[in-house]
Amino acid sequence: MLDLQNIEFVVKNGAKRRAIIQDLSLSVKAGEFVAITGPNGSGKSSLARLIMGINRASAGKLIFNGQDITEKTITERAKLGIAYSFQQPVYFKGLSVRDLLQVAATAKETFLQDTGTDYEKLLATVGLSQDYLERQIDNSLSGGELKRVEIASVLARGAKLMVFDEPEAGIDIWSFARLTDVFRKLHKKPDCAVVVISHQKSILNIADRVVILKDGKIQAQGRPEDLKEELAL
Amino acid sequence: MMDLDEIEQQILREVAGIDGRPEGAYNFRLNGKSVGRQSSTNIEVSTSPDGLNIHVAPHTHGEVVHIPVIISASGLTELVRNNFYIGQDCEVTIVAGCGIYNCGTKDSVHDGVHSFYVGKNSRVRYIEKHYGAGPGAGKILNPVTRVEQEPGSYVEIQTEQLRGVDSTRRETSALLANDAKILIRERLLTHGRQDAESTIRVELAGRNSVADIVSRSVAQDESRQLFRSQITGKNACRGHSECDAIIMNKAQVSAIPSLDAQCPDAELIHEAAIGKIAGEQITKLMSLGLSRAQAESQIVNGFLR
Ligand SMILES: Nc1ncnc2c1ncn2[C@@H]1O[C@H](COP(=O)(O)OP(=O)(O)OP(=O)(O)O)[C@@H](O)[C@H]1O
Ligand SMILES: [Mg+2]
Repeated sequence: MLDLQNIEFVVKNGAKRRAIIQDLSLSVKAGEFVAITGPNGSGKSSLARLIMGINRASAGKLIFNGQDITEKTITERAKLGIAYSFQQPVYFKGLSVRDLLQVAATAKETFLQDTGTDYEKLLATVGLSQDYLERQIDNSLSGGELKRVEIASVLARGAKLMVFDEPEAGIDIWSFARLTDVFRKLHKKPDCAVVVISHQKSILNIADRVVILKDGKIQAQGRPEDLKEELAL
Repeated sequence: MMDLDEIEQQILREVAGIDGRPEGAYNFRLNGKSVGRQSSTNIEVSTSPDGLNIHVAPHTHGEVVHIPVIISASGLTELVRNNFYIGQDCEVTIVAGCGIYNCGTKDSVHDGVHSFYVGKNSRVRYIEKHYGAGPGAGKILNPVTRVEQEPGSYVEIQTEQLRGVDSTRRETSALLANDAKILIRERLLTHGRQDAESTIRVELAGRNSVADIVSRSVAQDESRQLFRSQITGKNACRGHSECDAIIMNKAQVSAIPSLDAQCPDAELIHEAAIGKIAGEQITKLMSLGLSRAQAESQIVNGFLR
């Protein structure tokens, strides 16, 4: 489904160049549930943002379902079926939760599941009551509530490839157990794959494959049971 | 109501949300003349040398007064005064609105002075929409709103000017007695080379009087906006003003807040923020499938709602 070939992501700080992602190759197959983990600053979010097109690769190629998407914009990638749940969701003064879900559900072009129509069900999935539909996405929402709205907006896309960036952050353990169930089900749908960036053992343990990033490179990858030592599970 | 051409009808819908003769009391002004007027049992609409007078009898509830103004003739300049005398214990809505369609070469100017005398414990909602259209010369609107509130009264002012008006000088002032409360919501979008200035002055003279001013604006292209807000607290009172602007392209926005507390129990707060649309907001909406332009307009429209 997704093929990353020798990806580099270099940022310039004045005359200094720093490779955040270095010669990274990774593929995700349809039906797969991949977890990405690694220390703070190892490049996990940078990688996710490269997949979504928010970051542009300095070198290398991205192939999505046989198509070269390296030069495609964020919008084009979204329409091809890629979705990304931000690690740090954004506030919108003047948009309600309903507005955001509506954008997510109606702007979708290519999708397999129709999870978008029933907003209330969608909110229930992330542990929010239907009252939240009319809430503004501003700082009146708590951090955890905002994070849930963010996850719901991605679920509303019904995308083929969904990347969740630390979905556990700010979410209480009870709601999180329900969310793990959602991830587990999502990738089982035909032609779908889920990538979850996480530090949570409960997520890493249920993944088909765990990828450990360090200093912008893949340090190790494999089935969670084969990485017990690296992960100290 | 009178004969309106298609453009005039469209403007009427835009500024007053009505499709012809409104129900209840109204005065309709077209190209400098009153072309329709009606009083209701409780609301008397009449003229005097001081302008149009609207008297609302005490205890009037749930009525709406419409006073739309439309200018479709190019080169018209007018000064209009409207005086609202609202008895005590009322609950009324006043819908004013001014639309200018100019397809000629001369500026069209509407200066409106609205004075409100709000009786004890009355609640008034005042809605004012401004709208400009047409390929011609200047569409200029300069509204002055003066409010005097008796004890326990509540006034809500909602003004909206989204696109089309070339130049605006808006002045709003209010004087509040004990336990009176005022809420002012301003929405403004300027584009092209438009120019807008808004000054809001509230004097919290009464004990426990409250003012809440929220101004949201978007300045696009090379337009310019200037906001001044001044809250004076002369008693134990609460005043809050918030000015939030999105600045785009080559626009300029200035916000000059001032707070003047003349009593130790006056609590006055001002918040102002001017900035461009946050990049992450656009990125987020693009990742949901919107184009950059669609994302921007979604953010702007939401912000101004
Ligand atoms: N645009 C940028 N400019 C400069 N440095 C950047 C940029 N984006 C990321 N970095 C740096 O790259 C490194 C990797 O950041 P990234 O956010 O990808 O880490 P992460 O693995 O997601 O960390 P965390 O677990 O804390 O979320 C960090 O040191 C960060 O400061
Ligand atoms: Mg991260």
